[in-house]
Amino acid sequence: MLAKRIIPCLDVKDGRVVKGVNFVNLRDAGDPVELASLYDREGADELVFLDISASVEGRATMEEVVRRTAGAIAIPFTVGGGISSVDDMKRILRAGADKIGMNTAAVRQPELISAGARRFGSQCIVVAVDAKYNEMWGDWEVYTHGGRTPSGIKVLEWVKQVESLGAGEILLTSMDADGTKDGFDLALTAAVSDAVGIPVIASGGAGTEDHFYDVFTAGKADAGLAATIFHYKEVAIPALKQHLRQKGVSIR
Amino acid sequence: MAIAIVDYGMGNLHSVGKAVERLGYEPFVTGDADAMLAADGIILPGVGAFGDAMEQLHESGLDGVMKEAAARHRPLLGICLGMQLLFSHSEEHGRHEGLNILPGSVIRFAGGDYKVPHMGWNRLKFSKPEHPLFAGLEEGHVYFVHSYHVLPEKESHLLAVTDYGQPVTAIVGHGSVYGMQFHPEKSGELGMRLLHNFLALTDS
Repeated sequence: MLAKRIIPCLDVKDGRVVKGVNFVNLRDAGDPVELASLYDREGADELVFLDISASVEGRATMEEVVRRTAGAIAIPFTVGGGISSVDDMKRILRAGADKIGMNTAAVRQPELISAGARRFGSQCIVVAVDAKYNEMWGDWEVYTHGGRTPSGIKVLEWVKQVESLGAGEILLTSMDADGTKDGFDLALTAAVSDAVGIPVIASGGAGTEDHFYDVFTAGKADAGLAATIFHYKEVAIPALKQHLRQKGVSIR
Repeated sequence: MAIAIVDYGMGNLHSVGKAVERLGYEPFVTGDADAMLAADGIILPGVGAFGDAMEQLHESGLDGVMKEAAARHRPLLGICLGMQLLFSHSEEHGRHEGLNILPGSVIRFAGGDYKVPHMGWNRLKFSKPEHPLFAGLEEGHVYFVHSYHVLPEKESHLLAVTDYGQPVTAIVGHGSVYGMQFHPEKSGELGMRLLHNFLALTDS
C-alpha cells in the first residue's frame, strides 16, 4: 500500500525562492537548495520547484539549482515552469530532476506529453492542470499561462486525454480554492481522481492539517501540495504527518 | 573507499554518485572494466528498458565484468533496473537474458486494482531482519518506481519485500551481491542508511 505524499512547492525566480519564506534556522532562506534540504529533513515526501523566471538567464540559473538540489536531497523532485520541448525536459532531467511538469505547453502541444513519455518514461511526466469552475458550463475549465487564460477545455476531458497520451501524474490546482486556506477543492479533486488511473496531486486551498486528511479521504488524492503554509510554518510537516498517521492515513 | 558507478549509457548517475559522496565514500562514474574491478565496491544503476540495458552492457563487455566482479566477491549493488539485470531473464518487451548472477525472473505487474507503475513510497518488510544490511535499522518506507518485478528462484536470496497487492521483491542479497528495487538515493533517511550499510561492506 502506497503512502500518501506531502509535497511542499517552491516558487523560484532567477535562482531564488520567492513568496515569503521565514525560516529562522536557515542561513539563507532564499536559497532553494537550503530550503529543499530542510524539507527533506522534516519528512517531506517529494518537492516541486516551479521556475517562474522570465528570462533565458533565469532558466539557466534554474538548471544549476536543479543540479545542486539533486546533490543535496534524498527525495524525488519535480521541476516545472518554462518547459516547452523535449530538449527542455532532457536538460532538466539530466541536471538531476526526477520528473518534469508541464502546463501551458501541454495544452498547446499535447504531443509533447507522448514524446516525453516515450523518451523518458511516463513516471517522469507530470501534467499540471489549473482548474476553475465555469458557472455557464456547470463544469471545470482548464486555464493556462499561470491561470490567466481560459482554454475552453473541460478539465475532466483533458485529464483523460493526458493520461492516454502517457502522463504519469496530474498536479491539479484549484484556482477557486487557491489562496483561500479554506481547504482543497474536494469535489474537483475527487472527480479528477475518479476520471483517471494515474496519481493525482491536489493543490490549492490547504490551511490546516485536517484539510490534508479531507483531500486524502473524500478527495481521493494521492498527494497534497502546498506552499505558503509550509514556508510560514502555519502547518509543520512533522506534526501534519503525525496527525494523519493518528487518523489512520498511510503515511511514511 | 572508491566506489565505481557503472556507466553504460542508462539512467541518472548523478544522484547515486552524490548520495555515495555524502556518505563519505569516493564515487567515480566509469565504463572501464579495469577501474571497476579495482574499486572497493560497484554500483550498477539503471533506468529504462531491460533489453536495451543488456544490449548496452553486452556491447561494452561490461556484462562479463559484472559476472567477474561477483565471482571475485566484490561488493556489488544493483539499483532498480540494475537489480533486475542481476537475474536470469526478463519478460519486458519480449524475453531477454539477464546477467544470471542470481537465479530468477523479472515479470510485469498484473495491474488490476493496483496502478502500474508501482510508483511512490511503500513500506519495507525485512525478510531477514538479522542481516548486516539492516544493522541498526527499522522497517520503514522507501521510494519505488517500476512496472516489472523480480521473482527470485531462491527464497534465501530475498532480504526484504513490500506489499503491493502481492509481496514484491524489494531487496535481494547473496554473498557480496545485492539488489534494491527502490531508489535508496531517493528514499530519505532509511534509503541513505541502507546505502551506507551496503557501502560499509566495502570497508572490510
